[in-house]
Amino acid sequence: MPEFRPKIVAFCCHYCAYAAADLAGSMRLQYSPDIRIVEMPCSGTIDARVILKAFEEGADGVYVAACLEGDCHFLKGNYRAKKRVKYVKDLLEQIGFESERLQFYNLSAAMGPRFAEIANEMTERIKALGPSPLNKKYKQEKTKPKPKEEGEQQ
Amino acid sequence: MIVAEQKPITEIAELIKDCKKVLLVGCGTCVTVCLSGGEKETEIMASALRIMREQEGNPIEIKTTTLVRQCDPEYIEELADSIKDADAVVSLACGVGVQYIAERYMDKWVIPAQNTKFAGGALEHGIWEERCALCGECILHLTGGICPIIRCSKSILNGPCGGSQYGKCEIDKNIPCAWQLIYDKMAALGRLEEMMTYQPAKDWSKYRDGGPRKVVREDVIIE
Amino acid sequence: MKIGSKLEKILESGEFAVTAEIGPPKKATGEGMRHHAKMMREHVDAANITDCQTAIARLSSIAGGLHLMAEGVEPIIQMTCRDRNRLAIQADLMGAYSLGVRNVLCLSGDHQKFGNHPESKNVYDIDSMHLIKLVKDMRDEKKFFCGEEIKDNEPRFYIGAVANPFADPFEFRVRRLEKKVDAGADFIQTQCIFDMERFERFMEMVRERGIHERVKILAGLTPFKSWRGAKYVQTSVSGMIVPDALIERMKNSEDQKAEAVEICVEQIKHIKNMKGVHGVHIMAIAWEDIVPTIVEKAGLYPRPKVD
Repeated sequence: MPEFRPKIVAFCCHYCAYAAADLAGSMRLQYSPDIRIVEMPCSGTIDARVILKAFEEGADGVYVAACLEGDCHFLKGNYRAKKRVKYVKDLLEQIGFESERLQFYNLSAAMGPRFAEIANEMTERIKALGPSPLNKKYKQEKTKPKPKEEGEQQ
Repeated sequence: MIVAEQKPITEIAELIKDCKKVLLVGCGTCVTVCLSGGEKETEIMASALRIMREQEGNPIEIKTTTLVRQCDPEYIEELADSIKDADAVVSLACGVGVQYIAERYMDKWVIPAQNTKFAGGALEHGIWEERCALCGECILHLTGGICPIIRCSKSILNGPCGGSQYGKCEIDKNIPCAWQLIYDKMAALGRLEEMMTYQPAKDWSKYRDGGPRKVVREDVIIE
Repeated sequence: MKIGSKLEKILESGEFAVTAEIGPPKKATGEGMRHHAKMMREHVDAANITDCQTAIARLSSIAGGLHLMAEGVEPIIQMTCRDRNRLAIQADLMGAYSLGVRNVLCLSGDHQKFGNHPESKNVYDIDSMHLIKLVKDMRDEKKFFCGEEIKDNEPRFYIGAVANPFADPFEFRVRRLEKKVDAGADFIQTQCIFDMERFERFMEMVRERGIHERVKILAGLTPFKSWRGAKYVQTSVSGMIVPDALIERMKNSEDQKAEAVEICVEQIKHIKNMKGVHGVHIMAIAWEDIVPTIVEKAGLYPRPKVD
């Protein structure tokens, strides 16, 4: 029985989150390998459709990482991103999909360790929630009888 | 623009619960501007509905398309192919678009995704307010450009009523008293005395009270 | 003398008039109203019956008027624009007149959002200005609102309108009152007064325009049973101004009800001396029983007799 390896997409803004990811790398920090990073020019370019598409395609978790409030290179991009993420979270709640699978974080380019922390925190959260109901790999697995693993939700 | 607000997604999902193939049709004009039924909103709704049905174990096929607008028959024609195998159509246009699709495609059940609200404009990005009653006989030149029919909660023509206080309407302190606005504007125009003129009662037959209305331009109709 | 109603006779004779308000019940019985009418019969010249006040469904003003007449009190029916279109209004006016009603107060009416049927349709076919003119034209021009002639037996009402010196814009309030007088108002009942200073400024402007010589003005007053009632009106009712001093006075009194009567009597004595005020309209909401006491203490009893 393969261990649940979550698929988590991290939308990172170029000026802060992605730079922090780079820094984490240079610092040789260990963090969850289950994160797939997508670089954006600004967190404010995040679109609800992209987040929903990620979940539709089976992502177990999604997060958007933006600059600290007040420090967005494009001034208000991170405020827009925060509101949009909240909008999608509310929408997910309405349709009965666990909205905890979507998160929003603020960090600066200098925060390499924080980037690693976020990645690990998110991975733990998703592991506890289990695979997304739309995660096809685990859906097929579910039809075979298997022993219940600790932390896995039916 | 016509301003509409989406119905809750759970309501729409309930209406299409027995459908396997649904076509969502967005509109590129008014509802795009008020961010409720344009291409983006249509795709978001489609995605959310698909996720919802997938996790219920009852997947649904949803196609989306956005027309320039849904209030001209020429654009409604464009749906002829994509609508063929749809069990239902969800229109994100205002009430007009829903009716246009329903009328043209007699065998298709058309569901409104919006609660169409009013004719108005944006105050700022994200906030829209009602401004025009579509009353059929405009008197804005008499009231300094502020509409007493729709902005006054009592459609008073010789206002303000006794409930106007501190410039607010008695029913809600977030609603400005239209007659206070008219008074201020007429004062700014130097036309306050005009407010002493008895404004006669409205001919409501020019509004919906006279039955459904029509406008015809003979000069552009080509046989 | 246009109509010959008791209210008109008292006002035209130069006597200081007294009117009160009797609130109809949320029931299909005139019992309570008749009881109040009997009780204040000798203390008022006429009494208003409100028309679904605060947009709460109550026994109709016209039916209430008949109950009052049965107990010997002359009614002033109230007609709002909120619930009826011009057809229903004219029908009701003809009906009321045919049954003996002679005084009508024309008002816009509280918006239905306030009441117990907020989902109802908002009629407001015409506004209070149109209504005043409608009643006047039926009487003096013998014409329906559409211009058609009334062949005979036209309804001939003594026409009342409302003025609110406490609403805004203040400067325009007097001009709007004038507009109502131009449209045909015979008498005015004002919104209840707590801010005497503002009322005095209002009356000064009224006198400047000579409006007091063209129309009879009755000043509205309301006694509060308790300081909480006063507080509620201060904070939650539009178009009213209640000074903190009044609330404090009531709070600090030993017997709030007695204090309320005192205050009201003081107010009556004060306005009696104001030029241009021809009477008082006592709106003792949910406290109709106190009217006779107030009238007596203010020295307005017995009421003058008219034939």
